[in-house]
Amino acid sequence: MIETGYQQILKNGVWTQNTGLVALLGLCPLLATSNSVVNGLGLGLATTLVLLMCNVAISLIRPLVRPEVRIPVFVVVIACAVTAVELAMHAFLPGLYTVLGIFIPLIVTNCCVIGRAEAFAFKNGVAKSAVDGIATGLGFLLALVLLGAIREVLGQGTLFGQAELLFGEWGKSLTLHLIPDYRGFLLAILPPGAFIGLGCLIAVKNVIDARTQRSARLVLSTWQQKFNESSPPPPQST
Amino acid sequence: MKTILHSMGMAALILTGFSVVGAGLVAVTYTSTKDIIAEAQQAALEASLNQLVPANRYNNRVAEDTIEVVAPEWLGTDQPVTIYRARQNGQPVALFATPYAPDGYSGPIQLLIGVYVDGTLAGVRVLAHKETPGLGDTIEEKRSPWILAFAGKSLGNPPLDRWKVKKDGGIFDQFTGATITPRAVVKATRKFLEYVQSHQEQLFAGDILK
Repeated sequence: MIETGYQQILKNGVWTQNTGLVALLGLCPLLATSNSVVNGLGLGLATTLVLLMCNVAISLIRPLVRPEVRIPVFVVVIACAVTAVELAMHAFLPGLYTVLGIFIPLIVTNCCVIGRAEAFAFKNGVAKSAVDGIATGLGFLLALVLLGAIREVLGQGTLFGQAELLFGEWGKSLTLHLIPDYRGFLLAILPPGAFIGLGCLIAVKNVIDARTQRSARLVLSTWQQKFNESSPPPPQST
Repeated sequence: MKTILHSMGMAALILTGFSVVGAGLVAVTYTSTKDIIAEAQQAALEASLNQLVPANRYNNRVAEDTIEVVAPEWLGTDQPVTIYRARQNGQPVALFATPYAPDGYSGPIQLLIGVYVDGTLAGVRVLAHKETPGLGDTIEEKRSPWILAFAGKSLGNPPLDRWKVKKDGGIFDQFTGATITPRAVVKATRKFLEYVQSHQEQLFAGDILK
């Protein structure tokens, strides 16, 4: 395992290895609950919390766990964390709990949780694992919220609809009616809309990545040229 | 052999330890959130009941004044359905139940129906459904006022043979592109009214009905 800095961990989780847009893990909740910004945000926050709890717990118990039984131990830890988050949401955000329904307990099956436990938390210290959990969660949340925003605007002409489920009474004032008297665009709300939207998001991400790569190469080559001009013996490129 | 047994034992021990600790943590969370969850559920129930019957019309704790009934042919489910009774100073005012319309377009539709003691509907709301978004979901109150048309209706008003959607010769609107959903809701509401009419005394008494 290459030693990774905090900045690298954050960048990996949110962008380079984004769970929703690159690794394509957790597609089921991503596609099912991204029909509005608030739903996406709710599930994204719950997943982030679970990832943080699991990563911290697993990196803490590392010395106690033998490698042969690590997977069952991960499963126990993840199941406990998800159950605790589920109970807390049921108690404190009953409205959102009703909307997200089965997808809260199903965080258990989100591969990114056990994936981060195995690939990162079991090999790194508490602080780094915590940052990794938050970064991975934020990446998933970003995908959920972006997809939710696209589908909500196209499908219902609103943004932050039903925000009171997440933020209490004052959340009602957050709801933006972007298009008055919008009749709705069914495709965006139905599952096919989720697949099409996700496809577009991945395409946009790939375009951005290609651009930054090209400009990075450009910077590198100009820098190389300057270097060649200033120092007569050209450096051997390997 | 001994080392294998030893490592197996250690593994089992570790796993047992984590399971016990994990179960303990879940138990602690459960006990500390149990009352809050029950309270939130009761508040949600009362809020939805008060949409149908104003809170000042009754003064008992509706969530605790309940009976369970099993009546598949009337309530659309073979599971027990809870009937909530609203009373003012002990006198029956209204009752609520959450029966199902079993013949929705994509599965059963769970309704919340309130009926005053004189047999008129306090109102109908949709609690859960899987109808097509944009077509069948017009039965939701937040999408259309259609469901509000039930308030004040009773078995004699309209007469029994007009308790249908307009397409079938009744008085209730259907939606463009979705007739099955409103038809199912109208039918389930009528059935519930018939059930209440024929069982009124037992429903306000304390026994469990079969």
